[in-house]
Amino acid sequence: MDIMTLVNALPGAVAQGLIWAIMAIGVYITYRVLDIADLTVDGTLCTGGAVCIMCMLAGCNVWVAILAATGAGLLAGFVTGIFHTFMGIQPILAGILTQLALWSINLKIMGKSNQAINVDKYDLLVSLRYIKDVPFWRNTILVVAVVIAVVIGLLYWFFGTELGCGIRATGCNANMARAQGINTNLNKVIGLMLSNGLVALSGALLAQYQGFADINMGRGAIVIGLAAVIIGEALLGKVFRNFALKMLSVAVGSVVYYLVYQLVIWFKVDTDLLKAFSAVVVAIFLAIPYWKAKYFTKPTVAKGADKHA
Amino acid sequence: MLEIKNVYKTFNAGTVNQKVALNGLNLTLEDGDFVTVIGGNGAGKSTMLNAVAGVWPVDMGKILIDGKDITRLPEHRRACYIGRVFQDPMMGTAATMGIDENLALARRRGEPRTLRTGISAKERAEYREMVKELDLGLEDRMTSKVGLLSGGQRQAITLLMATLKKPKLLLLDEHTAALDPKTAAKVLALSEKIVQEHRLTTLMITHNMKDAIKYGNRLIMMYEGRVIYDVRGAEKAALHVSDLLARFEQVSDGEFANDRMLLS
Repeated sequence: MDIMTLVNALPGAVAQGLIWAIMAIGVYITYRVLDIADLTVDGTLCTGGAVCIMCMLAGCNVWVAILAATGAGLLAGFVTGIFHTFMGIQPILAGILTQLALWSINLKIMGKSNQAINVDKYDLLVSLRYIKDVPFWRNTILVVAVVIAVVIGLLYWFFGTELGCGIRATGCNANMARAQGINTNLNKVIGLMLSNGLVALSGALLAQYQGFADINMGRGAIVIGLAAVIIGEALLGKVFRNFALKMLSVAVGSVVYYLVYQLVIWFKVDTDLLKAFSAVVVAIFLAIPYWKAKYFTKPTVAKGADKHA
Repeated sequence: MLEIKNVYKTFNAGTVNQKVALNGLNLTLEDGDFVTVIGGNGAGKSTMLNAVAGVWPVDMGKILIDGKDITRLPEHRRACYIGRVFQDPMMGTAATMGIDENLALARRRGEPRTLRTGISAKERAEYREMVKELDLGLEDRMTSKVGLLSGGQRQAITLLMATLKKPKLLLLDEHTAALDPKTAAKVLALSEKIVQEHRLTTLMITHNMKDAIKYGNRLIMMYEGRVIYDVRGAEKAALHVSDLLARFEQVSDGEFANDRMLLS
């Protein structure tokens, strides 16, 4: 095992981690802010990639293509939101239904299961070819970092507005939110749209980066998103309390995930096993707070708990 | 002010768990009425408050506030008329948000939520003054997450939230039942102060008959989804706990002996 192989692979891992970080921030919005585990994202990531690539192949400007991809993501989130709020379907199932439908839709968008785009013929924003030997302002790592900074800035502003505060209250305590006149259904739909819009944006960048959109590119995305959220919290949860910093910690979590991933590959671990490995790691990290509460807290009697006894 | 006209509500209809919670309920409140509500478990007290708040649709009947029919209005759209404090201190506030943010949410009750800032610097200063008046030492912890506060502190904040934007109707659903006696007394005194200051029309459920007599200008007793006793003014002030117990005994055929009301 040559250490230089690993070192050479690191910039690529960072770039990939940063692109996935945008998706992870989307997952953070549903999972942590809205308290919904939204499985739509597995489909939306591919939708974003597919729409972006097809738009560009049709001759669109890269920014227009990215915008269209984000719009498609907003729409996917809207559908899940309607399934959940208007049709009363449990959020997890609502997400799975949209995800399943997106499989067909993604195939129809692309016309086949894989669509490649040539980096030499099209003016891509990011690419694995733009990691080394390009002017620094073309460097994918920098470009994606700027995109993340803008995304975090916009979300920080948004969640500080009246509407954004309402969405946070909805996720925290829906009863209270309704009692304060907040339309919780509308807010859930907006939150799901926002989240899936970000996931599609991430998919658009990812497809450009790898040079193709593929029907399977979103498989397990939710797990990677959750892993990024959890790793970020584990590493920085104690220091980062501000909302913007929390989103930043999710981005850090995503980069760390891809660095570890690269390391695992370097150790020549069978890559077929990586998804199983990710799932187990995420499962354990999700269990830790539960185990902590169940086995490692001293029982305390709540004040006034037995006043009627 | 508030009119509840012949309202019915049955839970789990058609199953073995069928429960008629409101059975032709009628109640009319005058402007400024402070009504205490008593009754055994399952008498329909909380169900009545939830029906007014619109937590779920009622089966039959009408609910009006100031002559406006709100029976079909969804919960979040009735909120502009109604302030609520719940029995569970966890229920009335957003635990992961700051004291100031919670108050800012309440300030905007009944208004459209736009992309303007969720809380301005001017508001923060106002909230600080209001919280200072609660005399709980919370004014220096305005950005603390509400989840870190004690039950009593949370209920005091919820009370402030319910009345920050003056509601037409205040619903207090046993809001001191989960607190220790000393804190309960404090929160109750605070409730009375706020109700009198703003002359709020109020429905307050309590399990404590002494409190039911002591507070408010009117007392109603519920049984099996209806109001069975309604007394106000001087007559109410002259009541004793034993009078209420006797009346209860009379309607419930002694079954009430097991009820936790006896212990209060």
